[in-house]
Amino acid sequence: MAAHAPTKSTFASPEFRLLVIAVFVFALMAVLSPDRFLSSQNLISMAFQFPEFAILALAMTIAMMTGGIDLSVVGIANLSAVAAAMILTTYADPAMPASQSVLWLAIAIAVAIAIGAMAGLVNGSLVAFFGLPPILATLGSGLVFTGFAIAMTGGSAVMGFPDTVAVIGNAKLLGIPVPLVIFALLAVLLHLILTRTAFGLRVTMYGANPLAALYAAIDINRMLLKVYVIAGMFASVAGLIIMSRANSAKADYGSSYLLLAVLIAVLGGVNPYGGYGRVIGVVLAVLSMQFLSSGLNMLQVSNFARELIWGALLILVMVINTNAVTALRASLKPSK
Amino acid sequence: MSSERDTAFVDLRAITKRYAGVTALDSVDFTVQPGEAVCLAGENGSGKSTLIKIISGVEPATEGTIRIAGQERRTLNPRISAAAGVMVIFQDFSLFPNLSVAENIAFATQLSTHERFYKAHATKEIARKALERIGVEIDLDTRVESLPVAQKQLVAICRALASQAQLIIMDEPTTALTEKEVRRLQGIIRMLKEEGVAVIFVSHKLAEVLEVSEKVVVLRNGKKVAEGPASEFDTKSLTYHMTGRDVPEVPPSDIMPGAETLLQVRGLSKAGAFEDIDFDLKTGEVLGITGLLGSGRTSVAKALFGLVSPDAGSISIDGKTIPTGDPQAASEARIGYVPEDRLTEGLFLNQSIVRNVAVGRLDAHANGGWLNMSALVDEAAEWLKRLKVKAPDIEAPVQSLSGGNQQRVALARWLSRAPRVLILNGPSVGVDVGSKADIHDIVRDLASKGIGVIVISDDLPELLATCHRILVMRDGRIIDALDGKTVSEDDLAHRLAS
Repeated sequence: MAAHAPTKSTFASPEFRLLVIAVFVFALMAVLSPDRFLSSQNLISMAFQFPEFAILALAMTIAMMTGGIDLSVVGIANLSAVAAAMILTTYADPAMPASQSVLWLAIAIAVAIAIGAMAGLVNGSLVAFFGLPPILATLGSGLVFTGFAIAMTGGSAVMGFPDTVAVIGNAKLLGIPVPLVIFALLAVLLHLILTRTAFGLRVTMYGANPLAALYAAIDINRMLLKVYVIAGMFASVAGLIIMSRANSAKADYGSSYLLLAVLIAVLGGVNPYGGYGRVIGVVLAVLSMQFLSSGLNMLQVSNFARELIWGALLILVMVINTNAVTALRASLKPSK
Repeated sequence: MSSERDTAFVDLRAITKRYAGVTALDSVDFTVQPGEAVCLAGENGSGKSTLIKIISGVEPATEGTIRIAGQERRTLNPRISAAAGVMVIFQDFSLFPNLSVAENIAFATQLSTHERFYKAHATKEIARKALERIGVEIDLDTRVESLPVAQKQLVAICRALASQAQLIIMDEPTTALTEKEVRRLQGIIRMLKEEGVAVIFVSHKLAEVLEVSEKVVVLRNGKKVAEGPASEFDTKSLTYHMTGRDVPEVPPSDIMPGAETLLQVRGLSKAGAFEDIDFDLKTGEVLGITGLLGSGRTSVAKALFGLVSPDAGSISIDGKTIPTGDPQAASEARIGYVPEDRLTEGLFLNQSIVRNVAVGRLDAHANGGWLNMSALVDEAAEWLKRLKVKAPDIEAPVQSLSGGNQQRVALARWLSRAPRVLILNGPSVGVDVGSKADIHDIVRDLASKGIGVIVISDDLPELLATCHRILVMRDGRIIDALDGKTVSEDDLAHRLAS
């Protein structure tokens, strides 16, 4: 019995279930549309597509680990991107030599990420010091961030970048799409933060029982600030990738990504009540969603139907998780 | 015998209840006659709450038969049980603090009549009748949250009466009451009995209710170990039956000579919670703080650990004042606090045992934020071993442990931080008898190592077994400072509730 226990728990883990789902969706799409889905062109295009919303899902993950949520990630992404875009269009002439435009790109990136951090600081303060429910605090702040972006641009797209900007979203590094490299780095970083740092363990413990965290003398306010700052910075990186791939920035890009990011985090096994979540699960959920999304695309399912499917899937996953939880509870309790 | 069973309002036969291999109740027979008052006594974990849950339909019995009001109840749930007249008054009374007295009393009745609209007049009428029945006057329009504890209890009793209660089960009814209030409660109970309403008192402190009871039933480890007329029991024999032994606790040894003042509390006040709290704690001293529920004892403990911000006063360690209202500062000054409610405040239930300890030492094993995992885990495991936590797997969730072991995990977290002052709030609440004695051993041992320990408790034998000095609180003030070695339990009980 004891010898079987570890294998059993490996197969019963939500991450293993996700691996099965990802492989299943991949296989299904490959069978339904073999020549197109399995084409190298499609595989590469998928690798360029998913990092932007996958990074938003990572941002969502860390907020959810505390039992919170960050509904402002898309707003932060767009605000950061708009700010970066305005710097680039104002100071970097498209005709400028690459050696100079790189410098402006670096400045634009730094400003974008700083804006992400500040936006996160605002969210974190609302949650930590004012005790607002994260779902409402970030719903409101997200609208404010979007509003700023609209005010800055008048609602239209900002475009006309030097070519170097395209590197972030469209180039390859050793044959691997740059956005994928960025996502992989951030995923590993978040994994290490959550599992190998004192901060990460505090996030998990706070998510598991906020009151006990208070009694354990954890500096909760500081921890929450950090959580939302990290989420904000991740969101601004996603914003930069979107900007580069679209070759423009606009206040309302990626509006469908918010639901998708929540869906991926929940599908990835992150407990929306806090205290549990693994980056590997989120990565597998990202892959499943991308396979599904590309597959639906090839089967010519309309965009509207896709939103419907995402919403239905989110509810379904959460219901399954609650049932799983109750079943687990039931199996712990009675011995008949 | 059979006729007694025919007339019984509640008749349980051979009730067994098992949870995941643990037998909470083992073939227990239990009867209550109409108009009879029964004391159900037992330590925490003896099965008395399980028995109440079965009578009130919250939990199904694994085996055995249940008859309520003459009918055998094969399926029982809280609604059926309440419809049969069984009303439970929990220790927190389960009232709606934001509603008026009248609304609280009439609430359950109105639900059961399926009336769709709220009628203010009918509500007051129901409430007035119930209050008249027990001869008490409380303003019907007052919001319940503004009532003192004793009156809240009366409101809860009225609510039960308004719902045609035939049996009122009272969980720890006297914990928060002064002597005078206890006497009034006794009067009400006598009157209810005359009207044929039965009462079950669930308590581990029964002295006050013994005199209005006919019968005593004692549970221990899920078995009925004693039953008889209340006149045949006294506090001492009850304790014997409840614990299964005359608990010969070792009294605390003397404070080390030359012990220095460790903690100084001066003029600590918080409006509505406590006032002018002054005391010193020496190294190696165990100081008890006791008082009824609501006396301010827990608020003071929380204030010492920074969880409550006092309006005035100071706390200093080794003569150095520490900032108040800041748990991190208290923790850095090496004050530890093991809270009263392990399940909600003390532990991260779904997290592993080892993490629950390790969370206290994250900073010590962090290098620029990165944790030295093996050192962290090894240290936590070492503490678990030292405190003799019985756990098959330290990676298992802490909720899989028994109460006594859980308390040791909570202790281990703070001990691993090498505290100078350790505040234990209700250290043996919900812990079995054996573990309780062990925890007292740990407390005495900590003191002998020079830690200043503050024990917050209303368990008088516990205070006498561990404390050098005992402070008694009432209405937010310290009213007595007693020598733990010379004061008797009766004396202490009297000062507590007078």
